This record gives sequence, structure tokens and C-alpha cells, in this order.
Amino acid sequence: MVNAIPLRMDNLAAVGRKLATIAITLLGLLTLTFLIGRVMPVDPVLSIVGPDADHETYMQVYKQLGLDLPIWKQYIIYVNDLLHLDLGRAAMTGQPVAEEIARVLPATVELGTFAIIIGTGCGIPLGVYAASQRGRMGDYIVRVMSLTGYSVPIFWFGMMGLLIFYAWLGWVGGAGRVDLYFDGLVEPKTGLLLLDSAMAGEWEVFRSALSHLILPACILGMHSMAYISRMTRSFMLAQLSQEYIITARVKGLSSRAVLWGHAFMNIRVQLLTIVALAYGTMLEGAVLIETVFAWPGFGQYLTHSLLRGDMNAVMGCVLIVGMIFITLNLIADALYKVFDPRTR
Amino acid sequence: MSETTMASITKTAAAPNSRYHATMENAKRTARRILANPLTMGGIIVVCCLILIAIFAPWLSHYEPTVQDLTNAMKAPSGDHWFGTDEYGRDIYSRIIWGSRVTLYVVFLVTVIIGPVGLAVGVISGYFGGIVDTIFMRITDIFISFPSLVLALAFVAALGPGLDHAIIAIALTAWPPIARLARAETMTLRNADYITAVKLTGASTPRIIIRHIVPMCLSSVIIRLTFNMAGIILTAAGLGFLGLGAQPPIPEWGAMISSGRRYMLECWWMVAFPGMAIMMVSLAFNLLGDGLRDALDPRGE
Repeated sequence: MVNAIPLRMDNLAAVGRKLATIAITLLGLLTLTFLIGRVMPVDPVLSIVGPDADHETYMQVYKQLGLDLPIWKQYIIYVNDLLHLDLGRAAMTGQPVAEEIARVLPATVELGTFAIIIGTGCGIPLGVYAASQRGRMGDYIVRVMSLTGYSVPIFWFGMMGLLIFYAWLGWVGGAGRVDLYFDGLVEPKTGLLLLDSAMAGEWEVFRSALSHLILPACILGMHSMAYISRMTRSFMLAQLSQEYIITARVKGLSSRAVLWGHAFMNIRVQLLTIVALAYGTMLEGAVLIETVFAWPGFGQYLTHSLLRGDMNAVMGCVLIVGMIFITLNLIADALYKVFDPRTR
Repeated sequence: MSETTMASITKTAAAPNSRYHATMENAKRTARRILANPLTMGGIIVVCCLILIAIFAPWLSHYEPTVQDLTNAMKAPSGDHWFGTDEYGRDIYSRIIWGSRVTLYVVFLVTVIIGPVGLAVGVISGYFGGIVDTIFMRITDIFISFPSLVLALAFVAALGPGLDHAIIAIALTAWPPIARLARAETMTLRNADYITAVKLTGASTPRIIIRHIVPMCLSSVIIRLTFNMAGIILTAAGLGFLGLGAQPPIPEWGAMISSGRRYMLECWWMVAFPGMAIMMVSLAFNLLGDGLRDALDPRGE
């Protein structure tokens, strides 16, 4: 008990330092989005009032947006708004950006979750297999596969997938989340279409949604599979070179028991953090894949806003992505601390 | 066979008698290790081909890359047009050949910007430590907390679409990993005995950094830069695909895929071939990076 107390103080200090680091990073993040937003060549006033507005209306809106204030005042207002979860209004629709993002995010979460399940489910066994075959044919094949997965432009892969599996073979649904005539049939409760349609008992919609989801999810999953299998392989190799593995082999355990029962058991924690990071990286692929598949999610919202020059929406999206990324990194860190006794 | 091996061992085992000799021996050993790996060789060959294609583009292409020929629009691959033609009748094979110049231009410029910048920030941050280190590392933290494509999108949004703006945006997002790496390397060297010895001889700080620390960081930075090149190509293609990178009629591979997308179902060749080009080049850089890491990283031995 006695020596547990200073330990706890240490922990508290470490947590405090960590929190301070995060706070500074977040502040830097929104300073960056603020600065990017200010140098944007698109005139935010013009996109609201239109090109035909007279000077008076222009100046009125200019003042309304607070653009006449000195830059540091604008910055304080910006930070203050963000603290109240106000990302401003989208110039096109006039809706609050925070609400619009909350509406499109579930579609991306649904896609991303499916993709990470596929990526993890294939990536880990492939990585373990490659490590067990080190230097042999199987290892080479898995390594080239994973490097190819890294190297393929994901939007091109998506288009090729659509061409082959939708247009030529007709195995899967095409663009969008469901077939057109099912659109809007199910009341969105969670925003996750599969869950909503299952809860409403609309199995036709469920099937249509699944057939639309499977292809983009596989393609997004391929990308994280490449990453996960590569990391799994190198983690496994580090374990397999240790002495306890030799002991286990000498003991007469089957190679399968050695691989999965001993080596794999020791890399679970590292893998958890890798999967959390892969989930974050998927947001990047989602921006491109959602454009290809007309998937009404976060990525499509971002690109549409970008092409329309909707500054508030774009910066809101960028900020959200940054925050999701930081959160996932934190979760990965925390998982490591919780599950790995060596870090205590 | 065994005799030649023995000979080469005794030759390399002998102490080099000059700095030049040592460098040459080192280079020879690295080259031998690179040549031994078929995957790396594949990468090298493709990258060399890319460079040659870019140099000799005018002789290799059959048609002008930007001249329209509407009577020959959307023709399937044939003897005249190896990869078919696009919606304006431009030869896709020729456009891909010319596109290699755009790709190399992007890769070269971005690397030339981020290599020195990342190295300088990392080495300074790692060597001095303290407040300098804290400030630099907080800045890299901010940049690293975004997926690179999303941050590049934000910068292009600020600068406006276009090839040069895309290059600036990619460079802005790609330097932090280099800086992190150089910093980590520097921190392991900072307190090394040989640095102390150099200090005792009275060398100035800039001299220590430039002559004794930077060269030690170079090999890992070069490996990282090579890996980065694949990422740069993909990000540039992604920006081109979203219509934010190179603008038509520049034959950029990502933009070619984007414009072919509308006709994808009837004209698969407008999308398939540029994508394959991107994939091959990016895979080649990845293989090259993999091989270089195995060959240059002494910890792998």
C-alpha cells in the first residue's frame, strides 16, 4: 500500500502531461484550420450574396460574418464557437455544419467498420502465415500482395471493382447505399442502414443495402489488410526468434500450437493498436471510395463542399478528421497501457 | 566459387587504407546486397524505365498528347491506338507516356522540398533538445494528426486547384515523418563518444551537425523518402482524380482516370491503363524502399 501511493502520483502526473499535450495539439489543429480558412481564395461573402448583390448588401454580410474585426478577434470568436460545438453554417444549405456532418457520418462508420472487419479478418492470418513461412514462397507471395495493396490507387481499384463485379458479372449492387426504389423506405434511427432495416424488419432493403455495401467495404478493407498483414508479419517474426518459442517446440508442441497459442498470444496487444490506427487511416480511403461509389457519407460531403468552395464545411470536416485521428491514437495508447503489463 | 568467395572475404576484411577506399567498399557491399534481391531489382528496373520513358517521351509516343481528333474518339485498343483513345480522340498510350513526366516532376519536387526541410527540423530538434525540441515536435504532432490526403485537400482548398498547388500541399503534409525520423536518429547520436571527441577538438556546433550528424541520418532518411515517393504518387493521383490536382489537358494519370470515369462502362480502357501505370510505378518505389532498407540498415544484419 505504502509504495502504491507515489506510483499513483506518478501516474497522475503522466496523465496530466498527456492531457496537456493533447490540448496543445488540438489548439494547434484549430489554429491550422483557422489559418487555412482565412487564406482561402474563395470569397465567403460572395458565395452567400451572389455576384449580382450591390455594395451595401455585400458590406452588411461582410460585417455579419465578422470579417471586419481584427484577425485575433476573429480567432477568439472561432475558438469560442468551436468550444460550443459550433462549426458555423454551410454556405450552400444554410444548415449548421456540425448537424450535417453528424447526419453523414453514420454511413461512413458503417462502411469503415465492415471494411476493418474484412481487413483484420484476412490480414492477421495472412501475416501469421507469412511469418511462419519466412523466406519461402508463401512469404514472398504475401509480401508482394501486401505491397501491391499499398500501391494500388484505391479509387481506381474501386472503379475496376464496379466494372467487373457490377457491370459485367452483376454480383453486387452499384453506386449508392441501396437500390433507388428502396431509398428512404426505412426510417433512419441509428443512421446505420443495415441496423435500421433489420430493426424495421425490412429484409428486402437489408439485402439491397448489403449488396451495395460489400464491394466498397472489401476494397477499403484490402487497403487496411495490406497494412495489418505487414505489421502482423513483423511482430510475429520478432516473437518467433525468441527462446521461449524454441522451448515450446522442444516440448513437442505442434507448429500450429506454437504459432497461435504462444507467439500470437503475445502480439495481441500490439495488433489492437495497429487495428485502431488502421481504422483512422481508412478515413483517407473513404474520401476517394465514397466519391467513386456515390456513398452519401463523410468523404463525399467533404469533396462536394470542397468543389463548391464551402469553406465552413471543409474546415469543419478537416477538424473532425483530425479529432477522430487523435482520439484513435489515444485509444490505441490506452489499450497498450491497459493490456500490456510491461508498460505498467 | 568458394575460392572467389574466400578472396572477396579477405579483401573486404582487410582494413581500408583510405577514406575513399572505405566508401567504395561500403558501396560495393550495399550494391551486392541490393542485387541479390529480385524484388528490389524489379523495383529498380521499373523506376529506371520510368525515367527513360520520361526522357524519351517525344520519340516513344505516336501522337501528340493534347491534340484532339474527334473523328477517332473513344476507340477501343487496336494496332493504331495501343491503349485506345479518350473522349476527345487523344491516344491514351501517348498520354500515359507523357504523363510519366508529370509524375516524376511531382515526385522530384516534393522530395527535394521535404528531404532537406525534414532533415533540418529533425536534426536541430534532436540535437538541441529542450524548448526547441518541444516546439518543433508539437508542430509535427499537429501535421501528423491528419491523414495526409485530407490535409492536402485542405491546403489545395486554400490555394486553389492546380498542379503546382498540389505539389505545395503534398510537401506541406509529407515533411513531418522525415523530421521525426531524423530527430530519433540524432538523439541516439547526440551523446555518442565520437561526438564528444569531435567537440573536444573544438568543432563548432554547425560543423558537428553538418559534418558528423547529418551524414549518419542520411541513409534512413533516404529509405524513408523512397517509401514516401509511392505515397506522393498516390496522393497526387488522388488529388488529380478529385479534380484538384493537375488540370486538363495535362496528361496526369489520376486526372485521366477521373475524366474516363463518365465513360467507364462503355470504354474500360480509358480507366484501366492509367490506373495500371500508377500502380506499377508506386509498387516499384515501394519495392525499392523495401530493398534499400534491407541493404542499408545495418540493424538488419
